[in-house]
Amino acid sequence: MSELTMVESVCFALDEELGRNSKLVILGEDVGPNGGVFRATQGLLEKHGPKRVLDTPLSENGIIGFAIGMSLMGLTPVAEIQFVDFIYPAFDQLISEAAKFRYRSGGMFTTPMVIRSPYGGGVRGAHYHSQSPEAYFTHTPGLKVVIPSTPYETKGLLTSAMREDDPVIFLEPKRLYRAFKEEVPKGDYTIPLGEARKVRVGGDVTLLAYGAMVHVALEAANIASTNHQIECEVIDLRTLVPLDIKTIEKSVKKTGRMISITEAPKTSGFSAELSALVAERWIEYMEGPIMRVTGYDTPFPLSLEQEYLPTAQRTLETIMKVYNF
Amino acid sequence: MSMIKILDSTGKADPELEPNISKEKLVKMLEYMILVRLLDEKGMRLQRQGRISFSIPSTGQEATQIGAVAALSPEDWIFPAYREPGMAFYRGLPLEDLVNHWFINEKDPQKGRRLPGLFGSKQFRYVNPSAPIGTQIIQAAGAGYAHKYLSENLVDIVFFGDGATSSSDFHSGLNFGAVFKTPTIFFCQNNQWAISVPLSRQTGATSLVDKAQGYGLPGVQVDGNDILAVYNVVKEAVKRAKAGDGPTFIEAVTYRAGPHTSSDDPTRYRPKEELEKWKKLDPISRFEKYLRAKGYITQEGIEEIRSSFDNKLNNLISEAEKLKPPSLKTLFSDVYSELPWHLEEQFNELNALKGRNA
Repeated sequence: MSELTMVESVCFALDEELGRNSKLVILGEDVGPNGGVFRATQGLLEKHGPKRVLDTPLSENGIIGFAIGMSLMGLTPVAEIQFVDFIYPAFDQLISEAAKFRYRSGGMFTTPMVIRSPYGGGVRGAHYHSQSPEAYFTHTPGLKVVIPSTPYETKGLLTSAMREDDPVIFLEPKRLYRAFKEEVPKGDYTIPLGEARKVRVGGDVTLLAYGAMVHVALEAANIASTNHQIECEVIDLRTLVPLDIKTIEKSVKKTGRMISITEAPKTSGFSAELSALVAERWIEYMEGPIMRVTGYDTPFPLSLEQEYLPTAQRTLETIMKVYNF
Repeated sequence: MSMIKILDSTGKADPELEPNISKEKLVKMLEYMILVRLLDEKGMRLQRQGRISFSIPSTGQEATQIGAVAALSPEDWIFPAYREPGMAFYRGLPLEDLVNHWFINEKDPQKGRRLPGLFGSKQFRYVNPSAPIGTQIIQAAGAGYAHKYLSENLVDIVFFGDGATSSSDFHSGLNFGAVFKTPTIFFCQNNQWAISVPLSRQTGATSLVDKAQGYGLPGVQVDGNDILAVYNVVKEAVKRAKAGDGPTFIEAVTYRAGPHTSSDDPTRYRPKEELEKWKKLDPISRFEKYLRAKGYITQEGIEEIRSSFDNKLNNLISEAEKLKPPSLKTLFSDVYSELPWHLEEQFNELNALKGRNA
């Protein structure tokens, strides 16, 4: 066991899986000698060689399209998109190709692959290095969407993603890349996709979050408990598609209150989906409004980034509103 | 750069360039050219009669597809655009699969999910095509990388039209292919029109083949209505790819004699004289003349090929039309490798609704 940051854990997972799966190939921009702009592929080229760790031309549609071709022919490509804000040129390849191949071919052709990409705000990156576009992907049948929240979680989930038979979008909350260290075991452990994690137990309000927002939710929950004797249950969703609806069900039936915390813009965000799912199914259990704490419906700002992002304070105020309804 | 030609309009071959192909194989090539044209006629007629929803003809472009497939080995992979159906049949894809696909019935291998004409076959290494233009070009480069990585002695050939040369995936495909020296053949079917938009609106270059140079790739321009010339340039490109020398860009100059699809009316935008000019360069009649002069086939033989395919197709059509649509479950299957809870729930809802209506 060793203590690793999240970005070291990404690299560790890639390194071990490269060792286990001889058909796994890493590709992207600056993933080679530079080891990735965040160092997520540090040392992999030296260890696994240039056939398996490829610096590609600077072209996102090229990276994803090339990965699809590799995947069709039996390789396991793991593509890095340097910042998820740069993924839009590859949308056609992702949405109309990778996500559709299995369905459109009646199950004949499949494109298992992982697209890893740092996402989210909190690093003073402005709107081309801070976005949270997960809703585009959750709105696309055929893609699985995974977002880890700690170094330990990262290795287990990424290892699972690399063994999936479907294309997986793996979004890494970059503000957590070096935020803290955690024990990350060596060797083969996985966290199955589609299972949420209960981070804090509580009977009053359910807080649903993923990625960096899990920590914001926890902070708010701790203040609510200390200052107001309100006990929140915090659930780290881990995978948005497929979603662990059972864990959500148990929790909201128990608490009768639900808030989701996400950093993407509010309108049509994944938090809207969570609200709708709970409202459709368990409205009779609800003792207060189903609420969202989200980013605003603006492009991602720079100077006022901390105002834009959900904070423990905003979350706490929402908890009070729902609790005192 | 001069265009490679072997057959003149009378079907006479340039003896310097004439490939050495067995009689049996040459006749097979003609058979499948005839089949492609027949499928176009059938498909369009069935669409006009309202019996199938869509048809994508490739009339006038029989030499490119059949010339290319004849030059490949059966293990090589084909990434079609959608005007290369003959390649799959030449390799053995049963016509029954196509006809069931036309009628999007319960025996359609693609489970009734694609517009008629957009089909693939894993068994025959004919990749399921897209409808957005050019996406397969970069995929074929990636596939080539995989063959190289796995030390398979295979090539990929990818087809696309003149319109696709404007797409970003054309650029990234040729670029990645050249950078990684993949065993990929980039085959452009320059049929002069992208629906209603002429070549002059796709490029300011004098000819498409010139684009190869910018990628550091060899480019060759070939008469796309001359099956022997197509065969030769593809053979050469295969040799290069298998020797580890990387991709070749081929521009086949041809003509889309029919509409873009059954939804298109080319008389709205295309001068009649142009079609008349290209009809004189018809790829099938040129090849027929060549084979007749060699004594490999007779006019009766040609008619026999046609009527034999015709009978077979008529029987398949009457069978396919009787079949039911695919089961309700296939609406939800194959989205993922397994059926996640939300799709299962949606299926159950729909299924229960159907039960109540019955």
